Amino acid sequence: MRARFVHEGPLKRPPATVQPSSCADMLPRRAASEGSNASHRAILTRSRLAKTLGILALTVIAVSLMCLHFGAQPIAYGEILRVFVDILRDRKIDDQVSDLARTILLQVRLPRILLGFMVGCSLASVGVALQALLRNPLADPYVLGVSSGAALGAAVGVLVGAGTTFLGETALPACGFAGGLLALVIIYRTATSYERLPIHSLLLTGVILNAIFSALIMFITSILEPNRSYGMMAWLMGTLTAPTYGSLVSLVIYLSIGLFLLFSQMRVMNVLALGEESAQSLGVDTEQAKRVIFVLTALVTGAVVSVSGMIGFIGMVVPHAVRLVIGADHRLLLPASALVGGTFLMGADTVARTLISPTEIPVGIITALAGGPFFVYLLLWRKDRLA
Amino acid sequence: MSGASRNRTDDATSSGITGMVERRHVYDVQSLRFRYQSKESHAAGWILDDVSFQVYEGEVLGVVGPNGSGKTSLLKVLARLMTPQQGHIDLFGQDIASLAQREVACVVAVVPQDSQQFFPFTVAETVLMGRFPHRPRGRWIGGLGWESREDVVIAERAMMMMDVVPLAQRAVTDLSGGERQRTMIARALAQTPKVLLLDEPTAFLDLQHQVEIGSVLRRLNDERGLTVVFVSHDLNLVSQYCDRILLLDQGRIVRIGFPHEVIQPETLETVYRCRVLVDRHPHTGLPRVTLPGRHVSGGT
Repeated sequence: MRARFVHEGPLKRPPATVQPSSCADMLPRRAASEGSNASHRAILTRSRLAKTLGILALTVIAVSLMCLHFGAQPIAYGEILRVFVDILRDRKIDDQVSDLARTILLQVRLPRILLGFMVGCSLASVGVALQALLRNPLADPYVLGVSSGAALGAAVGVLVGAGTTFLGETALPACGFAGGLLALVIIYRTATSYERLPIHSLLLTGVILNAIFSALIMFITSILEPNRSYGMMAWLMGTLTAPTYGSLVSLVIYLSIGLFLLFSQMRVMNVLALGEESAQSLGVDTEQAKRVIFVLTALVTGAVVSVSGMIGFIGMVVPHAVRLVIGADHRLLLPASALVGGTFLMGADTVARTLISPTEIPVGIITALAGGPFFVYLLLWRKDRLA
Repeated sequence: MSGASRNRTDDATSSGITGMVERRHVYDVQSLRFRYQSKESHAAGWILDDVSFQVYEGEVLGVVGPNGSGKTSLLKVLARLMTPQQGHIDLFGQDIASLAQREVACVVAVVPQDSQQFFPFTVAETVLMGRFPHRPRGRWIGGLGWESREDVVIAERAMMMMDVVPLAQRAVTDLSGGERQRTMIARALAQTPKVLLLDEPTAFLDLQHQVEIGSVLRRLNDERGLTVVFVSHDLNLVSQYCDRILLLDQGRIVRIGFPHEVIQPETLETVYRCRVLVDRHPHTGLPRVTLPGRHVSGGT
């Protein structure tokens, strides 16, 4: 790996063209050559970015194949391969077994895996953005109450009947967005003390918001008729159900736009993570950046919650773990977390539907059981560090 | 703003501290009044009250004063991090309120007081962020955007200057206070500013690094004419390394001038409300402040 933070040979350009107006000219020239060894791998390089994302993309493909394989009825990898080759060749198969496998793969598992990947991607990305914005490695839409705000919004949408019509199915993400944005605004207003966002007040606000929103959601659930309220309970726990390809496509488009806009803020996130005043002194309009990231976060969370309920901890655990391995630069952290988050949720969902099959566990339970202990570990670790 | 000021002759500024007569103003601060908006209204007083002064190009100005005298607020207002309610600030002859944050950032670098970090950026990455205001920024391609060769070289020089090259790969979260402070100064230098604002730059540093930072600031100033404004509690450090000193008390300027004009026992005793001894530094002849011993204060 060739680090770009290595000064190779003498400068190609005459020094005068290197920021002639700056104090850098007088900084010692020998820095460049002496620093070469020590600075190796110290900064993100294009090749490291490409390699890391390449490896992660391969992992995504491998894991998704495994997810296609496992299930109530395992499908052999050869069979999976043949189905896909058949699709590519557009050949009709009369064989009964293959037909069944094809139906399971294409109508049940594949859309669900794609949904899981998109939801995981979105949750992890939102987690990264919130952590950078709030300068807090524990921030996460679930912990902060953004998810429950979005869930409340969607539940209200269901209550007033938005979810029952076809038109309403597209309105639910908007309800979720409104709820999530409301939650974020409350969190920001409440937790800010002296223009800072301390960890304890953030977590406290999250706890309180979660309690209030959960109570309201429970209220809505209790006044719904029993069969609808059961569906809502299952949805609240975080469930992935195989969507139709039509709704999957509209969700993918919606999330892609949100994520693309979020990804366009990667460099700003880097600077914001240094601290608000530092970011401002580096020329960032922090107020605008905050607003943009808040709105995008609420948009993406709202959409995700409206399709999959409250799947917790991915937004916190994944970015944190990824950051430990690949470093904090958001230009790599954000896409890598998105890929890892997607992979993680695909895997967790496969566990959820195979563990005690044919019964399915809501995937939110799996992620919470994986994420909760990690959260506790982080709190213990942080207490250590802050003391 | 850049054209005229960048083409200034280096000879004039590097000739030393003495040629203060013809100096241009970096900052021209006129009857500045500032207070925090969001705080409770019972604290009706101004944090900065009718503050007027100039910062000359190529000088090192020290800002001293008791706790809560408005030093840090003054620095933040100068960096355009906060907007004053009254008065105005000219930066190189332009009203700072009319400049974009990024334009200010290309000229003014700030080393904040509290630099605690939560994310494990490496030292090299942190220093490179100083290049942020200089990088081209597209509206939508802003996510990626790589450092140019120049950016990397400038950052490496800044790291060399602040002696943080061996730390390049370490995470800023793992650094000691002094190492972190030096990293932050390196980041500010990587910004290639014309003005450097520092808030308590030596607060976390041991004696060796205090002296080092003092000499680095002097060197940047002497050789290149970098204008430095720094806030400090350390009267002796300020006396030794500053061309002029601004003494603040309760948001007002008590005195501004050369060290021997400001560091006077009567002035300090009025402002700090305690007795001090002021004599001369044996080598430089600059004023030196000493706290009186127990028996002295008891006796008189």
